Amino acid sequence: MAIYGTALLALCLLIGSIVGRLLGMVVGIDANVGGVGIAMLVLISLCDRLHRSGRLKPPTAQGIVFWSLIYIPIVVAMAASQNVRAAITGGPVAILAGTSAVVVSFAMVPLFSRIGNHPSTEGPS
Amino acid sequence: MTEVMDAIAGELTKYSLITAFALIGITVWFSYAVSDRLTRGRVHGSAIAILIGLVLAYVGGYLTEGKNGIADVAIFSGIGLMGGAMFRDLAIVATAFGVRLEEFLKTGISGVVSLFAGVVLSFIVGGCVAYAFGYQDAVSMTTIGAGAATYIVGPVTGGAIGATGEVMAISIAAGLVKSILVMTMTPLIAPWIGLDNPRSALIFGGLMGTTSGVAAGLAATDPKLVPYGAMTATFYTGLGCLLGPSVIYMIMRAIV
Repeated sequence: MAIYGTALLALCLLIGSIVGRLLGMVVGIDANVGGVGIAMLVLISLCDRLHRSGRLKPPTAQGIVFWSLIYIPIVVAMAASQNVRAAITGGPVAILAGTSAVVVSFAMVPLFSRIGNHPSTEGPS
Repeated sequence: MTEVMDAIAGELTKYSLITAFALIGITVWFSYAVSDRLTRGRVHGSAIAILIGLVLAYVGGYLTEGKNGIADVAIFSGIGLMGGAMFRDLAIVATAFGVRLEEFLKTGISGVVSLFAGVVLSFIVGGCVAYAFGYQDAVSMTTIGAGAATYIVGPVTGGAIGATGEVMAISIAAGLVKSILVMTMTPLIAPWIGLDNPRSALIFGGLMGTTSGVAAGLAATDPKLVPYGAMTATFYTGLGCLLGPSVIYMIMRAIV
């Protein structure tokens, strides 16, 4: 049943966010440290096991797949509920600080992609 | 006539999440139609949809002077729920379904390195801009630098080290500018920075850090890259909140 998949997904997110929160408490900050990332790892390893043992039935999978398919519309709704006015009216310091951080970070992507990248796995380019 | 309008608005508000599904569905459909017909698919439909979303958010903010974009208009309040952290995080986790664990672990080290580099770089860049504009004390420079990390790291750091309200507002606005730029610019910049494989997406997420920016930017570039970028980005805010008021503030104080 589809609800099994959705419930599995929900449990992964709950486990991840609780672990992330506790991790934050351990290091002494009032924030969630990587809860969603932890939830993703839990989902991947759980689904891998269920898949191997043949217990991940197609209807169960559909209960997860639906949410990944609805991802882009959710992101559109997220964009529509951002505080865009505050960003635009934040003044030159805010605009320049935000923009510079983006430009510098974009520029670093190709640089970091090269670090630790074994040429043998890449093949000729 | 106003009675009829009120009755309609009442129903739309009562079913606000359903109204959001319908409205976002129409927006996405319209965006993909524009993408096909006007740009022949060159500009991704989701990029157009996100852009429309941001414009709606500005209109909402202009009309209501609220913080939640179009969601502050009563009949569109469901958009805030649909696009809020709860559904967003559930959907991000769902995108990891079908991803192989080895692919994450293979790029583990570069992901961690990019995370630390991304947080530190944002503080440096933001701090320099703050300095150039006359905010030359360690608290203001750290807080504005934290905002250049993400709009959550900004107020968390500023609150911890006692920044003024004005600096906090700048810090949050800097984070919002970053998030919006990442949402809109990523699909345009992607070919230039080799953002077309899981490895670079993981590094991209670590360097950018803004979960909403990365989530939307990668969706508009290639939805297959979303889980990789989102994975590292979700650790960024936590790391920033951890390093900002402690190590980075101390270093900033030592320099200034």
